[in-house]
Amino acid sequence: MVSVVYEAPDSIQGAIDLLANATITTKVLAGGTDLIIQMQGVNEERLVVDVKKIPGMMDATLSDKGLDLGPSMPCAEFTARDDIKAVYPGLVEAAYLIGSTQVQGRCSVGGNLCNSSPAADTIPALIANGAQCVIKGPGGERTVAVEDFVTGVAQNCMDKGELLTLIKIPRPAANTSDAYLRFIPRTEMDIAVAGAGVSVTLDDDGTCTAARVAIGAVAITALLVPEAAQALIGTKLDEDALQAAADAASAASKPITDRRGTVEFRTHVVGVLVKRAAKIAAERAGG
Amino acid sequence: MAKTHVTASINGDVKEFLCEPSDTLLQTLRDELGLTGTKEGCGSGDCGACSVTINGRLVCSCLVLGVEAEGTEIETVEGIGASDKLHVIQEKFLEHAALQCGICTPGLIVSTKALLEENPDPTEEEARYYLAGNLCRCTGYDKIIRAVMDAAETMRGGA
Ligand SMILES: Cc1cc2nc3c(=O)[nH]c(=O)nc-3n(C[C@H](O)[C@H](O)[C@H](O)COP(=O)(O)OP(=O)(O)OC[C@H]3O[C@@H](n4cnc5c(N)ncnc54)[C@H](O)[C@@H]3O)c2cc1C
Ligand code: FES
Ligand code: FES
Repeated sequence: MVSVVYEAPDSIQGAIDLLANATITTKVLAGGTDLIIQMQGVNEERLVVDVKKIPGMMDATLSDKGLDLGPSMPCAEFTARDDIKAVYPGLVEAAYLIGSTQVQGRCSVGGNLCNSSPAADTIPALIANGAQCVIKGPGGERTVAVEDFVTGVAQNCMDKGELLTLIKIPRPAANTSDAYLRFIPRTEMDIAVAGAGVSVTLDDDGTCTAARVAIGAVAITALLVPEAAQALIGTKLDEDALQAAADAASAASKPITDRRGTVEFRTHVVGVLVKRAAKIAAERAGG
Repeated sequence: MAKTHVTASINGDVKEFLCEPSDTLLQTLRDELGLTGTKEGCGSGDCGACSVTINGRLVCSCLVLGVEAEGTEIETVEGIGASDKLHVIQEKFLEHAALQCGICTPGLIVSTKALLEENPDPTEEEARYYLAGNLCRCTGYDKIIRAVMDAAETMRGGA
């Protein structure tokens, strides 16, 4: 049975000290919707550092510069923020897809990111929005782009003693919007078989001037696909451009076959999702 | 491991209890506090039988540590209605025969109450989505949804 030492520090420094000085395995606890399940059947002593009492970890501030998202804010609170939804509708949709009402009451975007599952729904949406992770640890602070944060299945670039303290999402340029879509066999409560997050910027005559395309659940980590974005930039997002972006996303994907989908299916579907998400993002951008 | 001392409000009464830091809130409620109305279906957040509210927010108590309850207000199914006066939601579940084995029922009652507090006039689709995290292996959901919609109407009328 797992034996737990529980601490709930009230400052980031307090959390870092606990994590850095521990002599046993440490785990940060946000909403626990991954962690508490993962601790079942573990046979060791663990230091669990609950970060929900730390000011800033649970807040979100929207300004002209963008969104400073406290990584542990429960998704129920995040998705209820109409001001945030107006600016990043795709990211909010991705957060809303996680689990049931009950899971939403606890799960967080930071937990989704730090759990670093290939199928995590918010990761492609964060990458599409150019989000950055602010990480603090005994060695100070560093900032890492979300596409570089996750390094493998359930692995990320954080070292012992480090904590994700903020997710910084730049304010989108004028006429920019985003969308996130995933494929699941059911209508809710399922894990993505493939996912796509797209952000597009349009000029006054509807030509795409900037884009970011990210795909999930089709490789060991979510991927930023610059080739797919390039296929959209300079076009009016006509069928040929959308198909070229879809093809680029399919080509970049490196999926596996498991009981929820085959390589062939995932490769195809991720392209379809990129196409559809790009269309939705463009409609929202006001093209 | 030393047990941790926790103080929390449970169904309006301040309770002090000890819990093992690795215990879930579900285990604490059932084994430490004797509140066995909250059920365990899966222990992994999938079934909603363990639904409770913490500070008014619906959660799965199997995915919360007991020690996290410190200083919070928790509501369980035992806080809804009384043995001589059922809550409207409970009455409607009986009236519509919205249960068979009953293992999912406490979680559904708690979740329905949370739904109707947030949205007193849900569409059937909204109710079905909100309650999608409460699994029932017996009824096929139809009678549950009828009970929920009827309870919503009655509660709106009574307000
Ligand atoms: C029924 C159910 C359905 C689900 N459905 C989905 C779904 O559809 N899509 C999806 O993507 N996920 C889904 N999940 C998985 C999970 O809910 C999400 O990954 C969620 O976002 C995790 O957030 P959390 O706050 O609960 O994280 P926790 O469980 O608290 O933490 C997750 C991991 O991240 C670490 N961590 C958390 N915060 C930090 C931090 N600030 N710094 C450093 N490390 C940190 C923890 O140590 C742990 O390893 C589901 C889970 C359940 C139980
Ligand atoms: S027992 Fe908690 S969700 Fe099933
Ligand atoms: S009545 Fe048996 S699970 Fe719902």
